[in-house]
Amino acid sequence: MSPPLPLLTAQGIAKSYGPVVALRSVDFAVAPGEVHALLGANGAGKSTLVKILAGVHPADAGQVFVAGRPVQFATPRAAIQAGIATVFQDPALIPDLTVDENLRLGPVDRQRFREGLDRFGLAHLDLDTRVRDLPLDLLRLVDLARAISREPRILLLDEITAALTADQAERVFELLQDWRQQGRAAVLITHRLAEVMRACDRATVLRDGQDVAVLDTQAVDEHRLIEAMLGQATQPVSSDLGSSRARSTLGPAVLQVEDLGWNQGVQGVSFQVREGEILGLVALEGQGQDRLFQLLAGQRSPTAGQIRIDGRPRRFRSPYDAVRAGVVLVPGDRQLAVLPSQSVHHNLALPLFHRLRRWMGIPPDEGRRVAEAIRRLAIDIRAGSQVRRLSGGNQQKVVIGRWLVGGFRVLLCFDPTRGIDIQTKREIYRLLRELAGAGASILLYTSELAEIPLVCDRVLVMHAGRIVDEQEAATATEASLLTAAHGLEVAP
Amino acid sequence: MNRSTLSAPPGARSRPSPGWRARLRAAVVEHPNGVLAGVLVLLVLLTGAIQPSYLSVNGMRNTLLQAAPLGILAGAQTILMLTGGIDLSITMIATAAAYVAANQSPEGAAVAILLGMGVGLVAGTANGIGVAVFRVNPLIMTLAMSGILLGLFTSWAQTVLQGSTTVAPFIKLVGGGSFLDNRIPYSVVVWGLLSLVLLWLLRRTGWGRLLYGVGDNEVAVYLAGIPVWLVRITAYTVAGILGAIAGILLAGRTGAVDLQLAGAFLLPSIAAAVIGGTSIFGGVGGYAGTILGALILSVLNSMLTFLNVGQAIQQMVYGAIVLALAWGYASLTRDPG
Repeated sequence: MSPPLPLLTAQGIAKSYGPVVALRSVDFAVAPGEVHALLGANGAGKSTLVKILAGVHPADAGQVFVAGRPVQFATPRAAIQAGIATVFQDPALIPDLTVDENLRLGPVDRQRFREGLDRFGLAHLDLDTRVRDLPLDLLRLVDLARAISREPRILLLDEITAALTADQAERVFELLQDWRQQGRAAVLITHRLAEVMRACDRATVLRDGQDVAVLDTQAVDEHRLIEAMLGQATQPVSSDLGSSRARSTLGPAVLQVEDLGWNQGVQGVSFQVREGEILGLVALEGQGQDRLFQLLAGQRSPTAGQIRIDGRPRRFRSPYDAVRAGVVLVPGDRQLAVLPSQSVHHNLALPLFHRLRRWMGIPPDEGRRVAEAIRRLAIDIRAGSQVRRLSGGNQQKVVIGRWLVGGFRVLLCFDPTRGIDIQTKREIYRLLRELAGAGASILLYTSELAEIPLVCDRVLVMHAGRIVDEQEAATATEASLLTAAHGLEVAP
Repeated sequence: MNRSTLSAPPGARSRPSPGWRARLRAAVVEHPNGVLAGVLVLLVLLTGAIQPSYLSVNGMRNTLLQAAPLGILAGAQTILMLTGGIDLSITMIATAAAYVAANQSPEGAAVAILLGMGVGLVAGTANGIGVAVFRVNPLIMTLAMSGILLGLFTSWAQTVLQGSTTVAPFIKLVGGGSFLDNRIPYSVVVWGLLSLVLLWLLRRTGWGRLLYGVGDNEVAVYLAGIPVWLVRITAYTVAGILGAIAGILLAGRTGAVDLQLAGAFLLPSIAAAVIGGTSIFGGVGGYAGTILGALILSVLNSMLTFLNVGQAIQQMVYGAIVLALAWGYASLTRDPG
C-alpha cells in the first residue's frame, strides 16, 4: 500500500535574514488526516518555516507543494487561497479595531466564524468589543475561528496553546480530531511535549535550521523527542574558561529574591545570588523570564514577594532605584540599550550621570574609566564616533562595558550572547567569569543551553512563571536542562 | 549608491579624483560648520553687492542686533530638539517676559529683568512637566501653552499689567545700545556670553550629554538608571529662561512692548537650529551650528530688505532659501548607515 499523497510538502527550504541563517535546508511533509508537530529548541527555525508556508516571507531556496502541485506564495493571501490558514504566535488582529471591523479586513464567512466561536465556548462574545480590550486567550481563539472559517485544507498553529487555559486547549484538540477525520491536515508548533504525544501523529524535529528527525509519536516517548532536538550533544561541555569555583569560596548572599510574583506571569520565585556567583537561568520562550528581569531591574513593580540587597529589603519603583542599589541590567535587545548616534565614549560614560550632582560637569576620572572599559572588553573603536556603525558584538560589549564604568553589585544579563559571533561570545563569558572572580554577583539568562556549564555556578530552570528546578552547572546537561524547561521531571 | 564611502575613515578613500559632488559631500560631512560659515560669507558678500553700504560697521551691527535675540531663541530650540522636543510657545514666553519686564520697569531694571526671567522659568517648567510627566506631545503642549499665555496677557494687559509698556533705560541700553563708538551692540555681548554657557553645557556637562542621550534613545537612558523626566523638565525650564532673556532684549531694542513683539521669530528660531544641523528627531546637532544658522537667517533678512521687492516676494524668497538650505544640508549629511 503506497502512502497517501502528502497534502503539504516542503523541499529544501532555506532562508537567511542578512548574515543570519534561519533555515539551512528543511524537508517536511504532512499527509491528509494528519496532525503534525513541528519541534525544536529556541532558534531552530520553526517560526521562520511557518512564515514561509504562510506566505509572509519568501524562501531563498526550495519548493513548497500543496497536494502535489508546486506553489509560490507572494503574499499571505495567496497562501490562504491555496488552502493554508495560519494562526501566528502574535494575534494578527488590529488592536484599535473591534472584532467585527477586523473581520471585514479580509474575506471571512460570518456563519462559519460564528460556528467556530461556538466550538470554543465563545458563542456570546460581543463582536463590537475592541480587540485591545480582549484578553490574549480570547484573541487567539478569535484568530483561530477566523482561520477555520476559511475552510482551509491545512491549518498552521504557532504556539496556539501557550496562552490558553486547559479546557480551551481541550476544545482545540477536539477540533483537530475532527479535522483529522475530514482528511484535512494541521501543523502544530508547541513547546509542550505532552500535547505532542496526545494530539499529534508525527513530529518533525528541527535543529539549527535543518530537519533532523521525523518521529512517530506512538512509537517514541518524550525523552526521545528531547534527544532529537538536542542531537548527540548530551554530554556536559568541558570548560576552558576556568572551572567554576567551589561553592564554599563564594561570599554572602547579595541578591535575595523571596516569593516574588507579578500577576500570573511570575509566581513564587525565590532564589539568591551570592557574592562572586554566576547564577544561570534557563527557560523556553515566554515562561516569565523577561518579566522576572523587569521586576529585578525596576521596570515593573512586583505584585507579591520582595527583593533584598545585602539583606535589606528594597522596593524598586524605577531603574533609578535599582541602579542606586547596585542592580544593573544588560537587556535582551541591544537596541534598548545603545545610544546609536552617540560615540562609544559617551555610551560607556552614561551611568556616570546617574547621580544628579554629577550633572553640572564631567567627572575628572571619566576618561580613565572609559579607557579602562575599552581595554578590558577589547572594544573596536575604529568606528567609534557613532555606535550604530559598530558590529553587533561590539555594541553588546559597549552595553556591558557601560556597567564597568558605572560600577555595580548585581549584574542582570538577559541573553547577552544572542546573535553574536563566537569570538565575542567567548570574550563576554570570560569577562563575566572575571567579574564574578572579583566579587560581582551575576544573574545570567541564556537561550544557549550549551553555554550554561561554561560560565555558571548554578542554574535555575523556569517554566510557566515558576522556578521548577535547580541544577549544579557543572553537572547540568543540555538534556537535563531542556527536560526541566519543558516542565518534565529530570531523571536522576 | 555611493554613500558608503562616507562612513569610511578619513584616508580610506583611495579613488584618485572623486567627482566634485563626492568631494563636496565629504567636506560637508567632515566640517559641516565650515560649510555653513562659507554660506554665511557668501550671503554677506552677495548682500554687499546689492547694497554696498551694507559692508560697513553699521550694516554688520544691524544684522547682529537682529541675530542676537534670534540666536538665543534658536538656542532654546536647539536644547529641546536635541531631546526630540520643540517649543512652539517660545516666542510667546519671550513676549510675556517682555510684558512683565516693561510693567515692572518703574521698580528698577534689576527687578524687571528678574521677574521677566521668572515668567520664562515658570512657563518653561510647566511645558516640561506637561511633556515629561503627563506625556503630552511637545507640539501640543507648547502650542497650548502659547495659546494660554496669549489669552492671559491679552486680558492682563487691560487689568493687572496695566501701566508701563515701555522698558527701563538700562534694558533699552542692553537691548538696543552699542559701545566702542557705537560699534558693538550690548545685546551681542549678552548673546556671546550665553553662547559660551550653552556650548559648555552641551559639550562639557553630564546634563548636556543626557540631552543628546534622551533624544537618541530615551529607553537606554532610562535603563541606565537616569531620571529621564528630570532631564526633560530642566531642558524646558532652561529653554523658557532663554526665551525670556530674548524677549527682554527685544523689548529693549524696540523700547516698548506689544503682544506681537516676538511672534515673527518662531519659525526662524526652528529654522536656525535645523539649518545649523540639529536633527528635529533628537540626538544629533549642537549650538555652534545654530549660531551660524541664526546669522545666516539674519543676513538673509537684510538682503531681502535691500532687494526692495515688496513683502510678498520677500516672504517667498525667504521661505524658498530656508527650505533649500535645510534640505540641501540634510541630504548632504544624511548618514548612509
